Amino acid sequence: MAIRQGLLALLSRGPRYGYQLRAEFEASTGATWPLNIGQVYTTLSRLERDGLVAPGEQDDQGRVVYTITEAGRAEMARWFGTPVAQADRPRDELVIKLAMAVTAGADVRPIIQAQRTATMGTLQRLTRARRASAEDPAQRLVLDSMIFQAEAEQRWLDHCEAVLAASPQTQERQA
Amino acid sequence: MSFDPVVRLTDVGRLHGDGPGAVTALSEVSLAVEAGELVAVMGPSGSGKSTLLNVAGGLDRPTSGDVVVEGVSLSRLPAGELAALRRRHVGYVFQDLNLIPSLTALENVTLPRELDGIRFRDARRQALEVLAEVGLAEVADRFPDEISGGQRQRVAIARALAGERRLILADEPTGALDTPTGDEILQLLRARCDAGAAVLLVTHEPRYAAWADRVVFLRDGRVADTATAPLESAR
Ligand SMILES: Nc1ncnc2c1ncn2[C@@H]1O[C@H](COP(=O)(O)OP(=O)(O)O)[C@@H](O)[C@H]1O
Ligand SMILES: [Mg+2]
Repeated sequence: MAIRQGLLALLSRGPRYGYQLRAEFEASTGATWPLNIGQVYTTLSRLERDGLVAPGEQDDQGRVVYTITEAGRAEMARWFGTPVAQADRPRDELVIKLAMAVTAGADVRPIIQAQRTATMGTLQRLTRARRASAEDPAQRLVLDSMIFQAEAEQRWLDHCEAVLAASPQTQERQA
Repeated sequence: MSFDPVVRLTDVGRLHGDGPGAVTALSEVSLAVEAGELVAVMGPSGSGKSTLLNVAGGLDRPTSGDVVVEGVSLSRLPAGELAALRRRHVGYVFQDLNLIPSLTALENVTLPRELDGIRFRDARRQALEVLAEVGLAEVADRFPDEISGGQRQRVAIARALAGERRLILADEPTGALDTPTGDEILQLLRARCDAGAAVLLVTHEPRYAAWADRVVFLRDGRVADTATAPLESAR
């Protein structure tokens, strides 16, 4: 995951404490990827090891401010300039479930219908969350992304239903 | 919020023709929409979505079952009274907008109110108010072909909303609009709903259906399934 680069992007706006980075990361992503403070400090120490950030002096409460280095800025620019590969996504359980249901000769229609209702529920929840977060553009775009994904799943389910209804193989089974 | 729904369909059927060649457009559909509720209707083409909307608004009569709007059963209502009830309570956004090209946006919204028997000055004031509500005050004097597709869509919505009608029926009101413009349309419908209207919205776009409190899936004229919005998000 892109925690490393995300922290660099936040630090590019100015020096930050670890706890600030955590709060800002969550705010930008609409709390979609909650980070624990441990992850933040582990990542910061790796970034420091790699020369991408530099820690300042500890203050009297033991807190350290981190600053991005030139190498850190270059790394962030490289990240923004490189497209994300699609191949790393985990296999989708729903796709496997439907493929297996078809192969096993199960009645796929109720599976599709139940999934469509469930996915619509998700979509309704996301849409509400987005209406509530309309002022923060970063958060809004993250929710939009999840909305588009749920929407694509919904379309795909319609497609599955149409394909299966037209397939002589499945019609035979349902007859 | 009142407990009586603004519209209630009970075991509604709509058959076209008779005998073996009859086409069932709707069958045993029961559905109620309360004030403040937005209900979306989805389903493949030919599944009965437009028929459901027409029947709910008294534009078409069911061949079985009953429709009640604002406490009045439409079944035995004479045509004249049905038309009056429709004018008073029902706002309709048609699939193909139906704007009159030779009238300005303002006139397009005003004219139907005048035809409803409202005095010109009141009709015009209502039209200006509702055009402002949908963000079109500036283009009120332009003709339909002088405004964007999204603005035309909003004129059609303004026309349906004028006069505080409590039952809003919208058939694919987002048409071929891009996503942000379509979202604006939903925002308008949702706002009217939150102000106490009952809205029945036909759409084939899941992202717009997701604005609804309930989503009804039609298949072959029957309600196949209903998705209800989770009460509150878990976060
Ligand atoms: N006036 C009519 N005469 C005969 N059949 C009709 C008529 N109107 C609609 N139908 C049929 O009723 C069914 C439902 O139509 P409709 O409500 O327009 O579906 P949708 O809006 O979901 O595409 C379709 O099979 C359609 O062909
Ligand atoms: Mg239709």
